[in-house]
Amino acid sequence: MAINSVWVFAQVTNGAATTGTLELLTKARSLSPNVTAVLGGDASGVAAQLGEFGATKVYATGDLAGKLPGVAVAGAMKAIIDGGDKPDLILFPQNYEGRDVLARLSVKLNKSVLTNSIDVAVDGDSVNATTPIFGGNTLVTTTFTGEGPYLVAFRPKSFAAEASGGAPAAIAAASVPDLGATGGAKVTAVHVEESTGPKLDEANIVVSGGRGLGEADKYAMIEELAKLLKGAPGASRAIVDAGWVPYSYQVGQTGKVVKPSVYIAAGISGATQHMVGMKGAKNIIAINKDKEAPIFGIADLGIVGDVHKVLPKLIEALKGR
Amino acid sequence: MNVIVCVKQIPDPALPGALDGATNTLKRDGKLILDDSDAYGVEMALQLVDAAGGGEVSIISMAPNGETAGMRTALAMGAAKGILVSDPALQGSDALTTAKVLAAAAQRLGGADLIIAATESSDGYTGTVPEQMAEVLGLPSVTFAKKVKIDGGVLKADRQTEEGYDEVECALPALISVTAGVVEPRYPSFKGIMAAKSKPVEEVTASDLGVTPAGWAGAGQKVMLVAQAEARQAGEIVEDDGESFGKIVAFLENLKVI
Repeated sequence: MAINSVWVFAQVTNGAATTGTLELLTKARSLSPNVTAVLGGDASGVAAQLGEFGATKVYATGDLAGKLPGVAVAGAMKAIIDGGDKPDLILFPQNYEGRDVLARLSVKLNKSVLTNSIDVAVDGDSVNATTPIFGGNTLVTTTFTGEGPYLVAFRPKSFAAEASGGAPAAIAAASVPDLGATGGAKVTAVHVEESTGPKLDEANIVVSGGRGLGEADKYAMIEELAKLLKGAPGASRAIVDAGWVPYSYQVGQTGKVVKPSVYIAAGISGATQHMVGMKGAKNIIAINKDKEAPIFGIADLGIVGDVHKVLPKLIEALKGR
Repeated sequence: MNVIVCVKQIPDPALPGALDGATNTLKRDGKLILDDSDAYGVEMALQLVDAAGGGEVSIISMAPNGETAGMRTALAMGAAKGILVSDPALQGSDALTTAKVLAAAAQRLGGADLIIAATESSDGYTGTVPEQMAEVLGLPSVTFAKKVKIDGGVLKADRQTEEGYDEVECALPALISVTAGVVEPRYPSFKGIMAAKSKPVEEVTASDLGVTPAGWAGAGQKVMLVAQAEARQAGEIVEDDGESFGKIVAFLENLKVI
């Protein structure tokens, strides 16, 4: 089947569409001229931007009034589809809200989902999604069977966001139906964690620490080095699980995907869980005691040594510049 | 307060994963262990039941070959009983079918005040099953909860967001998915391990639950191609001689980032 209509679950922060939304719109318009954004919130401030990246129309629910987007936006999408506007494919970002909307909608439509994908292509009558597994060393291509809408979630940075110069998207109201018991959760307060320096997934340089640091206090070296390099500090899942740093620092399959110019992995062995989140870096420097550590298999520069000895000297050398 | 925890028994993540050549799905025929991610949910459930002053923790799992080794770990931590759904007809099930099966297993237990799952499994990590289960059961949900308490019959949770976290209140019954690190999982005691051996685990099939096994045919998706990704080449590897930091400085200089 040809793809006639593609939807993108759109997200807005600080009054602008997220980079992930723009990435998905860019991909969507390469698949179909009929690209619709669906937004849980108010679209008046972003219709122009969504249009510039390829959306011809945006369905917006208006203020969700504390409702979690998963149930609310999925409910609105289902109502639109029942009303006769049915897309062939819906693209979601692989993040907290994207996953929730995707999951709720899949049950409402009784449709299968594919997640963690990095590409989607239309090949004659089939729609194929590509998903990396085993830390990204194997690529699986999966085709949807049966009728759409096909539901796919994409890892961040799967596509480059490029403006098409399109006209502002036409705004259409989407109403959230009565959610009954499923609407029983309400957001009562929103907390933004202030971070100084560049954001982890946007930084040009990322310095990450792992279990090899030995103890939580030693993470300060990672932060200092990141600061000296005007980069962002990151972490392996091991030390996030151990409570040394917040989850928002985690790089990997279940954390952030980063593609900086330089990635420095200190005391990280390179579990597939971690590698899938950073192997897209242009240059990788690894410091680890164990010369058999998998991280050395993908490092451009590998130092077999003790992070407690190498990092202080590196920090001193950079301070002296 | 009764809590149901969804647990997954997975191949040891320390071993390299492999695909079944015939079906292109993850091989799960070796020894299975409790997914580390699920230990947090089990611990959370035990603490909430303890704080409520009564009730019990039940676990539900879906696995091939009647495997219960991972479930026994959860029972050894303190869960009271479990249901294992094991059915060859469920092989190849997608996340949606898995959610329907687990939802039916939860109903077989008579439901609960709270259902807990991890945010995603460590082997398949589709990451949608908890929220799909909530929808199947018609329950509200709080996903990615990193702090959870029950206060006056209301669930209060801190939910991870891109920018920080949201405080969320939710009526019970409800379903939550918890992030790793939400609590510190206990190690099963020797007594717990011995007691777990005699705790009841009911093994049921999809048809016992009234779920039509979808398996391969019903998955709505089919693996077409498995290929090796372009491999990254290893570069220069040096042993630290006390001066190797200089190599890093030179490397960064060469890239003009310092």
